[in-house]
Amino acid sequence: MTDPRELYQQVILEHNKKPRNFGKLEPCTHHAEGHNPLCGDQLELTLIVEDGLVREVLFQGSGCAIDVASASLMTGAVKGRPVAEAEAMAEQFRGMVRGELEPGAQTPLLGKLTLFSGVKNLPSRVKCAVLPWATLHAALKGEAEASTE
Amino acid sequence: MNTVLQPLDVTAIRRDFPLLSRVFHGRPVVYLDSAVSGQMPLQVIERMAKYEREEHTNVHRGVSTLSQEATDFYEAAREKVRRFIGAGSPREIVWTRGTTEAINLVAQTFGRMSVRKGDEILLSAMEHHANIVPWQMLAEEKGATLKVIPMTDEGELILDSLDELLTDRTKLLGVVHVSNVLGTVNPVKEIIAKAHARGVPVLVDGAQAVPHLTVDVRNLDADFYVFSGHKLSGPTGIGVLYGKLAHLEAMPPWHGGGSMIRSVTWEKTTYVAAPGKFEAGTPPIAAAIGLGAAIDYLATLGLDRIAAHEHDLLVYATERLNRIPGLRILGTAKEKASVISFVVEGIHPHDLGSLLDGEGVVVRAGHHCAQPVMARFCVPATTRASFAYFNTREEVDVLVSAVEKAIELFK
Repeated sequence: MTDPRELYQQVILEHNKKPRNFGKLEPCTHHAEGHNPLCGDQLELTLIVEDGLVREVLFQGSGCAIDVASASLMTGAVKGRPVAEAEAMAEQFRGMVRGELEPGAQTPLLGKLTLFSGVKNLPSRVKCAVLPWATLHAALKGEAEASTE
Repeated sequence: MNTVLQPLDVTAIRRDFPLLSRVFHGRPVVYLDSAVSGQMPLQVIERMAKYEREEHTNVHRGVSTLSQEATDFYEAAREKVRRFIGAGSPREIVWTRGTTEAINLVAQTFGRMSVRKGDEILLSAMEHHANIVPWQMLAEEKGATLKVIPMTDEGELILDSLDELLTDRTKLLGVVHVSNVLGTVNPVKEIIAKAHARGVPVLVDGAQAVPHLTVDVRNLDADFYVFSGHKLSGPTGIGVLYGKLAHLEAMPPWHGGGSMIRSVTWEKTTYVAAPGKFEAGTPPIAAAIGLGAAIDYLATLGLDRIAAHEHDLLVYATERLNRIPGLRILGTAKEKASVISFVVEGIHPHDLGSLLDGEGVVVRAGHHCAQPVMARFCVPATTRASFAYFNTREEVDVLVSAVEKAIELFK
């Protein structure tokens, strides 16, 4: 059993306090809303995708520190990347926080997002970390809503 | 004459709860979550285990000594519940799986029978989803509407509004006795009197009330009173619907099956009288017997002594939490049970819940199955500490210092 306090590292606390890429793009090419029905977290993601690249991405909404920091770090990480790479990152991130990666599996795309790897030991908080990525996945697929239900 | 209450021997009581000696993250557990589910004392656990080990069979079946014995224990538990809430007859005590099932039962039988298109069902602004959704489903089915008794910022129902809200179309009033979020003890006797003056029957959700207050359904004149075993130091899977016998007799059965019938032919089935007609199938027998044992346990502690102890913890915790800068308590009614919901500026309740968990403190963080209450107070969720007879002032201190540490971390 992991001590929940270990999750609240400075980077996460800092991104929660000062979220990057906060706001709404108008107009945008992609848009989705994410909900975590269990705890009421909600997130709105707007993107501008051009030539297969994520040119711009902003988020807004309210949620816990894990959710907000995850969204803040995610938007920074996917900006400027090819859509396919962003999708691959979402895949790796979900695998990491759900503890579904093969032992020793590499997650080269995630970089400092591996900060969230401790979430896998706190099952009740996995959905908070995943919500921004699930919303990103929905937006890129052209779906209006994502839920971590 | 006022007699001074002998305080509870909490040290001795705590020995009845092995869970209280567990350690989480290197800290002794501080269980402040009895509003989610009360802990069961060994006396209850052992009574249920004895039934399963030595007495197990079905009830109301067969002529064996074993079957008769199980039936007697099971029905004795019903009698204990009757006495516990002051009902007139054990026939007015229907076993259910819990509060939620009890309300659904009333909505699907009494409600279906009496609510028609254009009618109104009146609920309070501080209901748990269990006392909203079943009525909403019924209202949708019948073309009826839900109306809401508003509350103040302190979390007290605005009773003056009843004069206008109770109309000729009101077919039922549903109200929670003690709010699971705000801790408010509602003046249900007064509400029932006002409703009855307009001929409106009242269902009281007593899930959070029975662990803290002495309830007398006849004194309240409640038409229906419902609660769960597991909030009352008993097991999950058992609950109670009290209904006035005249109502229960007039209501159609709900679930069909074994036990609830008098005779069955291919043409026609006739039903046994209440409460049997609402109890189809094999009931949770051990759980019913366990609930009876829980009522016995609480009686040995003394309900008035429990109430006094919990009130002391409520006052102490309120005072200590109020001194924390940035912390706001939701629900400051004059009459409160030992439930404290709060929000802390700059910390989401889920983060606070996780950080308290890291200190061994078990609380609830979330919407408490009362999203309309969250919306009323414009918060997404709250952190809630709830206190039982086995909690101590020292545990309140642990909670307070854990909250202070979390605030320090989030600074």
